[in-house]
Amino acid sequence: MKKLVILLILLATPVFAIQPDEILENREFETRAREISKGLRCLVCQNQSIDDSDAPLARDLRVLVRDRIEMGETDDQVMKYIVDRYGDFVLLSPPLKLSTMVLWAAPTIFLSIGVFGLFRWFRRRPEENWENQTPLTVEENKKLAAALKSEIF
Amino acid sequence: MIIPFLTVIVISAVFGAYLWQVGPGGKDISTLPSAMIDKPVPDFILPPIEGRQDGLNSSHLKRGVSLVNVWASWCPPCRVEHPFLMELARNGVAIYGINYRDKPADAERFLRNLGDPYQKIGADITGRVSIDWGIYGYPETFIVDQSGRIRYRHVGPITRDVIDKLIQPLLTKIVKK
Repeated sequence: MKKLVILLILLATPVFAIQPDEILENREFETRAREISKGLRCLVCQNQSIDDSDAPLARDLRVLVRDRIEMGETDDQVMKYIVDRYGDFVLLSPPLKLSTMVLWAAPTIFLSIGVFGLFRWFRRRPEENWENQTPLTVEENKKLAAALKSEIF
Repeated sequence: MIIPFLTVIVISAVFGAYLWQVGPGGKDISTLPSAMIDKPVPDFILPPIEGRQDGLNSSHLKRGVSLVNVWASWCPPCRVEHPFLMELARNGVAIYGINYRDKPADAERFLRNLGDPYQKIGADITGRVSIDWGIYGYPETFIVDQSGRIRYRHVGPITRDVIDKLIQPLLTKIVKK
């Protein structure tokens, strides 16, 4: 029984959304189609690429990408064809444009603010240096020694 | 000392405003802005639903202001909006249909039982023409002006509210020009 379970687990393969009848015979075309598909958003299930999605529209788009490649279009032309119809939103990584500047610049801006803040914070620290602390008094040292000896610690 | 507090307040306000919009504000972030607005309708020729005589192509959409409705008999929201399409058709609005990936017999039965508001219907069996229109949900409805340019796109079923607040005012505006 155990062996059977292990065998079944070993036989399991990931399920791909892409159907055998969609795959192109031309290896180079197929590789290009896969690359393009990975960058295109499935509009029905918005956080998957069309390469990962089982939705009928994703399938239609995958077939469309392959058809256009077979017609002799370049990767950019295929992308443009789809962006013209569905807008930039269809691209999983947004293009660098005036309208997306905030999106692209935000991480850098926030990081700079953080670094600046940290810098200020560390500059202020030296005043609280160990060397500036007053040493323990005799009384305090005795208390400390007693505490360290006790069972609690 | 006041700066950290201000920072927290400002950031909370920004994120809070967004949350308010998509929550109680009712903003629907699942509808996408259409890339097709103000572009001419795509060039297409669609055959009629098997057994009918009409069919639809892009030249039909350049003869006057019209509505283009993408529907299928298997799509529940299409049934929901159907009475409103019938009403618009009765009021003299020209509606053209793109029947998306449907079985001819099912589409025929849908129209026989619920009424046919369409001037002409094209059958998009492969879904290719729908991609040219940038369609991703069903139903979708476009307003096309007399020169064949897409002026508005609505994703999802048409409701009383959509007719009163969007479709009618826009139709009036386009016809006047």
